[in-house]
Amino acid sequence: MNSETWAIARFTVLMASLATVLVLPPAVAIGWLLARKQFPGKALLETIVSLPLVLPPVASGLVLLWLFGRRSPVGQALDAAGIEIIFTWKAVVIAMMVISFPLVVRSVRAGIELVDRRYEEIAATLGAGPFRILRTITLPLASRGIAAGAVLGFSRALGEFGATIMIAGAIPGRTRTLAVGIYTLVETGREETAWILVLISAVLAFGAIYVSNRLLDQKGQA
Amino acid sequence: MISLSIDITVKQGHFTLSARDSAPVEVLGLFGPSGSGKTSLLEAIAGIRTPDRGEIRVGERTLFSSAARVNLPARDRRIGYVPQDALLFPNLDVRGNITYGAKSSEFDSLVAILDLGALLDRRVTMLSGGEKQRVAIARALMTRPSILLLDEPLAGIDRGRRDVILPYILKIRRELHVPLIYVTHDESELRSIADRVLRLGLQDHE
Repeated sequence: MNSETWAIARFTVLMASLATVLVLPPAVAIGWLLARKQFPGKALLETIVSLPLVLPPVASGLVLLWLFGRRSPVGQALDAAGIEIIFTWKAVVIAMMVISFPLVVRSVRAGIELVDRRYEEIAATLGAGPFRILRTITLPLASRGIAAGAVLGFSRALGEFGATIMIAGAIPGRTRTLAVGIYTLVETGREETAWILVLISAVLAFGAIYVSNRLLDQKGQA
Repeated sequence: MISLSIDITVKQGHFTLSARDSAPVEVLGLFGPSGSGKTSLLEAIAGIRTPDRGEIRVGERTLFSSAARVNLPARDRRIGYVPQDALLFPNLDVRGNITYGAKSSEFDSLVAILDLGALLDRRVTMLSGGEKQRVAIARALMTRPSILLLDEPLAGIDRGRRDVILPYILKIRRELHVPLIYVTHDESELRSIADRVLRLGLQDHE
């Protein structure tokens, strides 16, 4: 493994880790809302959350490219603040977050739905408020679903291609991830190096699946 | 001694539970066949289930009143509720369960009364049925509830081993003077503990 492939692998794992950490808080919040609350517009929220799962990632990427570009209000505000997103490592993280978000939400939601509500009701009779119940009862009891969601989201982020190539490009040493690297290396006739990236991806994927299966296996034994 | 006043209707499936009772009690036995709504009534008092209409008062406090539009949330009711399956929090050990609601000065005396000293650092999944009930009772009593609701505390315990829990309940009654509502479908249990019995029957509203 030469320094180039090593740098790509390290960069990808770092970006996917960052994306997973950043995606967890909003995914837990939305997963909890969907699992436990009834509110107007719930079906709409469910649909919007699932959209990146069904939409071609390249399409999500184009939406993001517009959103963070100079023609949208968001892009203009960021530009005025001197924050550059497109074709930087930040774009890589955002693409990974958006694409893995629905998977994490689904897993968190399923984990919370498995928690017997009566534990929460008992906690309320003991004087606990909603936030304390969430923090001390619901989330700890849903921790395997949340952890499985994190692993799933991390794996999806590792392999992200379509949205990444749209908003982050494939700049060597700056935004080139494993998936994007494999494609561009083959395109430029460097197939052997691409195969090394394939091997690294396979090892990482193997590890992630192994961990998530272990987490799901233990689910019933809490 | 506290006066408890209940007059509520809870619709569930094909049945309507109507319960009406008003008297000062130390131990009120709640007796009725399976499906007569004993648990629903306790849940309504604890604030977990909202009655369709009626009024619940404990002492001077109105917990629920459909006429006055009062529905105190469970967390503000100060009702100790021990469900049939104890429902100890599986992510906490025995000590964590007991102190979940409050870290009151009662801890030591409750641990002594309910014989929990040797169990404090155990995982709750390792406890027997009787031990779980005792921990759940201690957890509820730590919050100094105005009334303690016990839902068939002997149901999950073998007939021959029921003395593992009943003496403790009598001890609580004797030493802590907490008013109890004790639910059962076994009349012989009530004779040894209750000073008044409320009978629930089945009412088909269709």
